[in-house]
Amino acid sequence: MSVIIITEQSENKIKKQSLESISYGVAIAKQLNLDAFALVMGATDENLSYLGNYGVKKIIHQKNIGAANSDNKVATKLISEICTQHQAQIIIFSNSLFGKAVAPRLSVKLKAGLVSGAIKLPETGNSFSVKRSVFSGKAFADVKISSPIKIITLNANAFETMKSSDANAEIVESNIEVPAGTINIIETKKNEGTVSLTDAETVVSGGRGLKGPENWGMIEELAKALGAATACSRPVADSNWRPHHEHVGQTGVAISPNLYIAVGISGAIQHLAGVNRSKTIVVINNDPEAPFFKAADYGIVGDAFQVMPKIIEAVKNLG
Amino acid sequence: MKILVCISRTPDTTSKISFVDQNTKFNSDGVQWIINPYDEWYALVRAIELKEKDPSTIIHLINVGSIDNEAIIRKALALGGDEAIRINTNNDDAYFISHQIATIAKDGYDLILTGKETIDHNGSSIGGMIAEILDSNFISLATKLDIENNQAIVTRESEGGEEKIAAPLPLVISCQKGMAEARIPNMRGIMAARTKPLKVSEASNTECLTTINAFDLPPAKAGVKLIPADTPELLVKLLREEAKAI
Repeated sequence: MSVIIITEQSENKIKKQSLESISYGVAIAKQLNLDAFALVMGATDENLSYLGNYGVKKIIHQKNIGAANSDNKVATKLISEICTQHQAQIIIFSNSLFGKAVAPRLSVKLKAGLVSGAIKLPETGNSFSVKRSVFSGKAFADVKISSPIKIITLNANAFETMKSSDANAEIVESNIEVPAGTINIIETKKNEGTVSLTDAETVVSGGRGLKGPENWGMIEELAKALGAATACSRPVADSNWRPHHEHVGQTGVAISPNLYIAVGISGAIQHLAGVNRSKTIVVINNDPEAPFFKAADYGIVGDAFQVMPKIIEAVKNLG
Repeated sequence: MKILVCISRTPDTTSKISFVDQNTKFNSDGVQWIINPYDEWYALVRAIELKEKDPSTIIHLINVGSIDNEAIIRKALALGGDEAIRINTNNDDAYFISHQIATIAKDGYDLILTGKETIDHNGSSIGGMIAEILDSNFISLATKLDIENNQAIVTRESEGGEEKIAAPLPLVISCQKGMAEARIPNMRGIMAARTKPLKVSEASNTECLTTINAFDLPPAKAGVKLIPADTPELLVKLLREEAKAI
């Protein structure tokens, strides 16, 4: 019996979100006295044995993955075979694009109850239950999984990465035959901006209070100084001041960064639904009655055009 | 072309969220119910747009829920769609709901559309589960959809960007912003919806793999710490030293 963590790579390196999933899976394995294995798919530039530092006992490295990264049907077949081979009792994904596409399929394939968007370690006394975020971050639900095999997808920034030892993990090459897929990629396009919004630890976001797209320089400059992604409110995207993929909120992207800085955003309930899982929220607005201040940790009531240059300077001086 | 659109009933986006019965049930007192926005604005409206291009298209709507859901099903029919099917059962388990939908979806649909998630459960699970039950392809988080030469041309969100793909039918797609523009039903649609078929069938026997034990609300924020506008550099200091966020 094992806990298997399904990792993801970006440019042939294990993603930070996967290290969070690994730390989470290892903690569950400890709770249940199971072994934690990590599945790494595709070629890698890393010496994977370092994952032992996070408490993983064995790395299952499946180099040949065919179309598994773009075809969730192929990925599901592959992962389900590996999970069965290694007697997975608990399977952990990141609640990422990949996890959202593959975990539900795997749930059906293995008849394994799925809890998506987990925010905490499970309770594993007489029964197995996991806390997840519901009502767009406005509440939590404690969900019991009753099937023998269980699948959890973990929200980003919900669990700290933890190095627990200096042991190396054993690497086991896996050579499962990958079925062919039927999805053809015609074109790929990368968004402008260096940091992806859903992966970002810090997000700087602008609203209508900035008065026009020509004033976004200061948002971008602060984001650059912080290594942050840029975002915007719905009216801003709807007026085409900024691209739609930057729209965070109930109907746009939901994010949970460590730090969310909102400039000139009043904080409508639909906007809050997309950002309320952020760890620290900063609101800068000239209207002291803006509802966003009620959801914020830090606030400045003032004119963004006066305040922002000083903040940018202070951040640059941090070193 | 036959399209099945899955619609769910959710509380309005401005609803106050609270719970009753020792926090085991959502408090629906005074709550306005709506069609889940992702199901309505993106999945259903895109299906209607495809029908406007090709009038031979047939759109069926499916909802899993009690008779209370019929008001939003009628609203969906007023927007468009030829007939609706309601599976008469109340359940929160995605595995159970997906199997209910799959019993209908297996009957010759070319496209099965869902919203990217519901705004109450936020599970983002139903589309993938239906696809696996039907052994179909599943395209998640789609922002554009067209049909050309009997295959779907779909744009979907990818890591830090988007990709355009071609996939054979039948196909399950979860839809998000970009897919279509929200509409409101017109009077003709509302009148027509009254006489469109709304079939009710009983649930098939499927296991539930998950159950909700209880809900709870996030602890109230301690309150905002206001920093004077003339010393914004103090904010940066607090973010580093107190919040340890930068």
